[in-house]
Amino acid sequence: MIPLVHQEVVKRHGWLEDEEFADILAIANTLPGPIATKMPGYIGYRIGGVAGCANAVLAVILPMIVVMILMLGLFSRYRDVSWIHGMGQGVVPVVMVMMAQLAWDFLHKSRLALGWTVSLVMAAIAGGLIYWLGIHPGWVIGAILVTALLQPAPKAKPAEGGAP
Amino acid sequence: MIHAELFLAFFIPNIIGYGGGPAIIPLIEAEVVGRYGWMSGQEFAEILALGNALPSPIATKMAGYVGYEVAGIGGALVAVFATVVPSLLLMLGALGLLYRHRDSPRVKRMSQWVRPVIAMMMAWLVVSFFMEGVNGAGLVHTLLIGATAAIALLRFRTHPAFVVLGALLYGAVMLG
Repeated sequence: MIPLVHQEVVKRHGWLEDEEFADILAIANTLPGPIATKMPGYIGYRIGGVAGCANAVLAVILPMIVVMILMLGLFSRYRDVSWIHGMGQGVVPVVMVMMAQLAWDFLHKSRLALGWTVSLVMAAIAGGLIYWLGIHPGWVIGAILVTALLQPAPKAKPAEGGAP
Repeated sequence: MIHAELFLAFFIPNIIGYGGGPAIIPLIEAEVVGRYGWMSGQEFAEILALGNALPSPIATKMAGYVGYEVAGIGGALVAVFATVVPSLLLMLGALGLLYRHRDSPRVKRMSQWVRPVIAMMMAWLVVSFFMEGVNGAGLVHTLLIGATAAIALLRFRTHPAFVVLGALLYGAVMLG
């Protein structure tokens, strides 16, 4: 999606320079939340103020939200019909596979940055805190984020630990 | 009250969801299914299936639909607002500060350190979807659909929309 936005904003309409676009992308990446709304939101604001911002964000998100509500709404209404019920059960294993793919992807990226040992130890500690002790994930991740931000920058490899 | 809860349920995942777009998925599940119990694991799986089959960011699609399910149009507005506006305001308000730190190792470290936790939560979701599948469709169907989906997605790079469509058809015929 980013290359498509780039195509429109830089090449077609000339609203931003190439370099500016790259900077905005880098900045958007330092913040959480979906990149696909931060980019249009910021660019829309630059071009047309608050109205431009709202306009750009809504153009990105609104159509598919409406489709979701219509399709899932219809689906939920006829959940009692047996073949529709079957459809719902049929997609669960697909979602399981997609989630496994994502989990592997995150673990892989984590291994590249931190190594197997640190990644698995952090995952195990966090898993224990969240699922065994029932601590809200917000506290666990919040603590990690604060530690990552406040600890002095490492010289060579990322420091050990970090999990609270 | 419900609107405040909806706001929090989407604000928290979106403000701590570092490490890439899909990082928010297990965090939203923890709120929507785990903490507030607004929907079952089955319903959440259906939302994810359709969300992955359609274009545009998953975070806002989930927020829009869950918000609407829980509290109508107003709920959808609150949930989408909590997803989009806080980080956008941060971006507009702290642009200079963020610009100076965009390549800072500390900022990079934030995504790096959160990723193993997100990976763990995603793996947990895989297990819970597996249990959901066994309880609903049964072990044989779950393994059959899962293996077919994995081959289609990984080996043949089929678009998720077609994989979801295939599973819907299979479910309608074989599980109905």
